[in-house]
Amino acid sequence: MLTLQCPYCGVWAEETELHAEGEAHLKRFGPDSDDADFESYLFMRENPKGVHFERWRHASGCGKFFHAARSTTTLEVFGTYSAQTLEPPKDIKDKISAKYPGWSWREFS
Amino acid sequence: MSEAVSALSGAIFEGFATVTDTGLRGMITVRGDLASKDMGAAIKAAIDADVPAQRRVTAGNGGKVAWMSPDELLVVVDYATVLDTVAKLNAALSGSHTLVSNVSDARAVFEIRGAGCRDVLAKLAPVDLSQGVFAETEIRRTRIAQVPAAFWQTGTESFEVICFRSVAQYVFDVLRLSATKGGEIHHLG
Repeated sequence: MLTLQCPYCGVWAEETELHAEGEAHLKRFGPDSDDADFESYLFMRENPKGVHFERWRHASGCGKFFHAARSTTTLEVFGTYSAQTLEPPKDIKDKISAKYPGWSWREFS
Repeated sequence: MSEAVSALSGAIFEGFATVTDTGLRGMITVRGDLASKDMGAAIKAAIDADVPAQRRVTAGNGGKVAWMSPDELLVVVDYATVLDTVAKLNAALSGSHTLVSNVSDARAVFEIRGAGCRDVLAKLAPVDLSQGVFAETEIRRTRIAQVPAAFWQTGTESFEVICFRSVAQYVFDVLRLSATKGGEIHHLG
């Protein structure tokens, strides 16, 4: 069972109280973008074996969206952070680097 | 005007703990910047309470204020005074970007009273309800079985559960099942 700490209300919420909301840090390509960008924004998702960044919603709790960094293989959670950001905070990236030197995920590493 | 009644009209179940529909309750959702001066002044003016810290409940004159999310409070007062309280809040917050909404008729409140009240809830919600972990002044928004709900302690052996009125019967039924004699866990002190 996955347990994540909601960065907004501080609760250690287990999976059934949360809702998975797909991949984190998607960059939206809207009107006037070209077809290839729009297609990749809509359909192309990471499916890594290892480090992954996800969006979750504390659905039965405070209702806020947040981001989580975790490993898809070990289920280790590196941390959760606010969704009002464009990239993972440095301390979480450092934590991942300590465990998986040389990791990369989309444009982050 | 028609007479307002609570969802289950005071239904009671006596198991190893007693589950009661507590009747009508005034509830007001307040959204806005909780740290702002205006918000503090408005809550003070309305029920003479402080703005609660994260996941806390503060008590005031004739009501309580609960922290619901980083930008939301729930003001709980008597059903009869809810419109007055809304008016006071609106007057105090008129200059700022906020929302004050009377949600009394959208909610149901149940009380769980008895030595096993923690057991009743612990079986239905993914929350550690042990003594000393779940704080006396804490509110926890979570789920009760399959629906969203929130609860807080009202005494050493009593809790109040707030849920949507539309699922009041469901919540009462699962609480009743959980409180049925023979279902005690004796696991939480």
